[in-house]
Amino acid sequence: MSVNVRVQIAVNGVKQELEVEPRLLLVHLLRDRLGLTGTHVGCDTTNCGACTVHLNGEAVKSCTVLAAQADGAQVTTIEGLAADGGLHPLQEAFWEHHGLQCGYCTPGMIMAAADLLERNPNPSEQEVRHGLEGNLCRCTGYHNIVKAVMAAAGSARAGAAAPAPAGAGEEVAR
Amino acid sequence: MIPAEFDYEAPESLEEAIRMLHENGEDAKLLAGGHSLLPLMKLRLAAPTVLIDLRRIPGLHGIQRENGSWRLGPMTRHADLQDAQELGVVARAASLIADQQVRNRGTIGGSLAHGDPASDLPTVLLATEGEVTARGTGGQRTIAAADLFQDFLTTSLAHDEVITEVRLPAMDGYGFGYEKFTRRAEDWAMVGVCALVKKADDGSCEDVRIGLTHMASTPLRASAAEEALRGQGLDAESIARAAEQAAEGTEPPGDLNATPDYKRHLARTLTGRALREAAGL
Amino acid sequence: MSTVEQPATRGDGFVGRAMKRKEDPRMITGRGNYIDDLALPGTLWAALVRSPEAHAKIVSIDKSAAEERSDVVGVFTHEDLKGDFAAPMPMVWDPPGMEVNTPEHWPLAGGEVKHVGDPVAIVIGTDRYGVVDAAEGVIVEYEPLPAVVDPEAALEDGSPLVWEQFGTNKTHEWSIAGGDVEAAFADADVVVKQRLVNHRTAGAPIETRGCIADPRGDRVTLYSATQIPHIARFVISLVTGIPEDKLRVVAPDVGGAFGSKINVFAEEVLAVVLARRLGRPVKWIESRSENMAVVHHGRDQIDYVEFAAKRDGTVTGCRVRVVADLGAYYLQLTPWIPQLGFPVATGCYRMPNIDLKFEGVFTNKFPTDAIRGAGRPEATHWIELMINKVAEELGMDPLELRRKNFIPKEEFPFTTPLEITYDSGDYHGTLDKLLQNLDLDAFRREQAELRERGVYRGVGFSTYVEVCGLAPSRAVGPQGVGIQGAGWESAMVRVSPSGTATVYTGTSPHGQGHDTGFAQIAADRLGLDPENVEVIHGDTDQGPWGWDTYGSRTLAVGGEAVARAAQKVQAKAKRICAAMLEAAPEDIELVDNKFQVRGSPDKAWTMAEIAGAAHIPPQELPADIEPGLEETSFYDPENFVFPFGAHACVVEVDADTGKVDIVRYLSVDDCGPAINPMLIDGQVHGGVAHAIGQALYEQVIYDESGQLVTGTFVDYALPTAAELPSFETDRTETPSPVNTLGVKGVGEAGTIAASPAVTAAVMDALKPLGVTWLDMPLTPMRVWQAIQEAQGGGDGPRRTEQARDLDEHAGGSAGSGPTGPEEGGAS
Repeated sequence: MSVNVRVQIAVNGVKQELEVEPRLLLVHLLRDRLGLTGTHVGCDTTNCGACTVHLNGEAVKSCTVLAAQADGAQVTTIEGLAADGGLHPLQEAFWEHHGLQCGYCTPGMIMAAADLLERNPNPSEQEVRHGLEGNLCRCTGYHNIVKAVMAAAGSARAGAAAPAPAGAGEEVAR
Repeated sequence: MIPAEFDYEAPESLEEAIRMLHENGEDAKLLAGGHSLLPLMKLRLAAPTVLIDLRRIPGLHGIQRENGSWRLGPMTRHADLQDAQELGVVARAASLIADQQVRNRGTIGGSLAHGDPASDLPTVLLATEGEVTARGTGGQRTIAAADLFQDFLTTSLAHDEVITEVRLPAMDGYGFGYEKFTRRAEDWAMVGVCALVKKADDGSCEDVRIGLTHMASTPLRASAAEEALRGQGLDAESIARAAEQAAEGTEPPGDLNATPDYKRHLARTLTGRALREAAGL
Repeated sequence: MSTVEQPATRGDGFVGRAMKRKEDPRMITGRGNYIDDLALPGTLWAALVRSPEAHAKIVSIDKSAAEERSDVVGVFTHEDLKGDFAAPMPMVWDPPGMEVNTPEHWPLAGGEVKHVGDPVAIVIGTDRYGVVDAAEGVIVEYEPLPAVVDPEAALEDGSPLVWEQFGTNKTHEWSIAGGDVEAAFADADVVVKQRLVNHRTAGAPIETRGCIADPRGDRVTLYSATQIPHIARFVISLVTGIPEDKLRVVAPDVGGAFGSKINVFAEEVLAVVLARRLGRPVKWIESRSENMAVVHHGRDQIDYVEFAAKRDGTVTGCRVRVVADLGAYYLQLTPWIPQLGFPVATGCYRMPNIDLKFEGVFTNKFPTDAIRGAGRPEATHWIELMINKVAEELGMDPLELRRKNFIPKEEFPFTTPLEITYDSGDYHGTLDKLLQNLDLDAFRREQAELRERGVYRGVGFSTYVEVCGLAPSRAVGPQGVGIQGAGWESAMVRVSPSGTATVYTGTSPHGQGHDTGFAQIAADRLGLDPENVEVIHGDTDQGPWGWDTYGSRTLAVGGEAVARAAQKVQAKAKRICAAMLEAAPEDIELVDNKFQVRGSPDKAWTMAEIAGAAHIPPQELPADIEPGLEETSFYDPENFVFPFGAHACVVEVDADTGKVDIVRYLSVDDCGPAINPMLIDGQVHGGVAHAIGQALYEQVIYDESGQLVTGTFVDYALPTAAELPSFETDRTETPSPVNTLGVKGVGEAGTIAASPAVTAAVMDALKPLGVTWLDMPLTPMRVWQAIQEAQGGGDGPRRTEQARDLDEHAGGSAGSGPTGPEEGGAS
């Protein structure tokens, strides 16, 4: 048996201290230990992106990060993306533009898109498509996802008041 | 999906990491970004018993220019490289690795130490004639790119050696191109070509470097193609003639997506494209 | 065929609007409820020990290492569990008058394994990670047997047999014919022939399968990521002997299915049996690697097709022999699925003579079964590409050839030579609209200009008709094609005392948007806002029995049942309202969400007021009106519905590497009047993307020894956003006479339509290089090889990129440039 390790982690602004098996994947810490089941698992090879969360403000695939590696980090999940009770502009846009069907890839897709817009607030359609190359969707053919991300970028450009992120991880400077 | 059990260490100094590597023997593995190692462990294709995480060790990050070279900390992530446009072909190749989430975790040191011939940065290191500095129980040494990559997933790093620095000549005055051929955007290269071209004052080719990704069990230089172009005028014709030599002497491994013949053809075609871009044509 | 009366009951007109989905708020905030999100106290975890061999005798199973672990509760093999089963896993196609060689299929393999991934033991333990370790510790000794992977080799004498007892690998042979095919071919001016390979694909929803069986008292509840909770309860009852009433099956939010959750799988049965044995919930979540290996694959057939035509372009007949690779076992409908395309095997065309023969073959692979389209994409692929080939042979424009052979809209309902009655259609209409949107002439000019520069673009078309709305019970049932089941659907509409409504549907969604569309349908008929209509599904303890979701049946069958149940509620509401307002029921009309006396808007009640009276009857309410406001409809359609449309794909092929890029994709689909056009577009986008995946990227590959080569998402290449274009969708609306909504299904239409359009586009692009045929998937290597082969024919040098450069700089021409017999001709 391996020796457990202690992990201090702030998830959606809430500090947690847990003892974990070294092999525990961050995604399972979030889902099975903290009950944050919005982050999904769709593959075992770091391809599908359903497990995307923000680690210290940047999108990562939480199935390929050990919980132990996230010690000391700030994590934001889909549950913590928007301010209390509200919707993030990307969440609004996915709803408005039918950017989801079964909804399974959606949290990861939205978290990846948030990172994309952070890196490039004014992307072209091709930049959105390439920016989301790490997230698989089988329902939508991506058409409405791309539309939603473009729309969210547009609404941000138009100065729509984006709610401040609740997750402390969002505040970490790049 | 679930890795086999292992012990986890996150030492705070390089010395400690080297000691742990040494003491735990062949079953210990270094963990940088983990984006080559963890996927293999999740499929149980790798099962180290101890992981030694480098994340707490100071001084392993960063990009610095010094004496015509770039000094890169081994823990510098692909995302950092991608954003540092001044790195030229390094930034380009880094931007084409997998997807943004992977680039946000994967590191140059990890990529070089893993030694996957389908990876992009080993080819760039080889083409630029860069080197890595490694430290182990036997002390510190510098390994030239040409000596680093030995075989499929095999480097000349000793088991207890840690890459402490990656040094890449800045290639001032060289134009560059990196052509990566994939089935899908996020895939590994079926074949990749890194081309660097320096023009002489008369417009001819003063120097050229061509690195090939996934054309063998290690990254390769397309020496025959380089020879064919060096000293020649730089035009579409000379480039096309040189590119025809790109696969000279290669025995690429065939796989699901590409037979050896097709790979050789891709190497020629992509070399032409990368050279044209590097030469500004 | 009779036409169903379509009453004008569009209350407030929510039907037809692109309403935002009711499902979305929970899903965009991470509050969906998928199978792995369910956590029950005391849950045990399951992991399967699976065969690494494609075909082998099980010599021994050593469970001791696993059993010794403190976190393991038990390790079970077929021998341990066989007493828990009342029957093997059923296959439910039993065609009248013919034998299908049907092997026994138990949840765990006993004696022999027949494919890689065949489960030989199940480990139950307390820890999610621990059971995976324990499963690795179960030592199984195998004695390898010869495996057969190629279906045509499997039919040859001397082939290794997957099942010795049948003496052959052939599973069955099923034929259907209409007209006089022999005469059609004897009289033909031209006959074209082709062997097509329609390769094996995976459904690959992003959520894998998974389930939890929860034993409470004498009942077991199975939560499962399934498309078929009702059928699952029935099948699991059959296999386990647990009476149906003691089983409850719940489908929570399901993260996509595309057919791949249409079966009851071994793991679900094992979870139920072991939960009951151990008295604790048993949970199993499939890994992606398992999902690629042990969820049925789709397609996988070889089609030998011949078309006969007259000189004037009249297509007079076709002959098709299909060799379908069914894998090693059957799931519920494995041997039937290849035939599912037969009702539309005459396409959009008159095609008066047709002869179809289907042969199934056992191989040492996982079974095939229904994946999005199921039989119809295969048929459409051969029909559309063969129509092009006929045109090529005749020197005709393939679109003209289509128009000449289309069934004209005046001739619907149209009965085909296979005695199938197409309900309604306007095939010329969708094609005309498509061509308007495409601007074909402009494309052909651009194509010619680009070819001069060595850029190879092409356009391909697909005009399809699809059969869905599964299914008229008598057509598909035991005395029809022989399925031991039916195809009707149920709905119950309940209005609460405060005047909100709950719709219970027997269909079970996994992304389609039932909650929204069904609420729109019910709201219009109840005089309510869809906000106040809740749609409940996927729980066998709630609402009437139903036949679940597949075969694009949701709207045309399930939605129609909702409409009918809501209509019944409306009728009762009108009676109550009439009694209270002292008017005749026939004088009550529903206007602007008010039930009012015709011509007297001041005398009006809302649904809330009527519901109040229904539940707390006032004195004035006549005693012959029963209290309550709740109605159920069981709707069995009289016919299938036949959506149709025209698709076009424009590609650019990099002739130097073989890589194909989709430049434009256009569709005009007709699925009758739209309930929610936004949902229709979404279904078309996803359906087309699925077929583009098959056409260009995806393939399930087993090597010669039966090892699965494409076992993860690294090798099984689902397209990403970067590979796909934005889609230019459009619609026409031709109502179906089959149901009161006039609707047809659209979930599979895109997948059925798209693969021939993409394939034809690539062939059009490469025509100047002499490429005349390509089988999917059109991977860069395959396309490049086809170009090499075509160029190897000695038609002069190819204008490669490098050759062009050499030409330009040598100031001359090294070759004659693009050559082709009919450069610029239609695809």
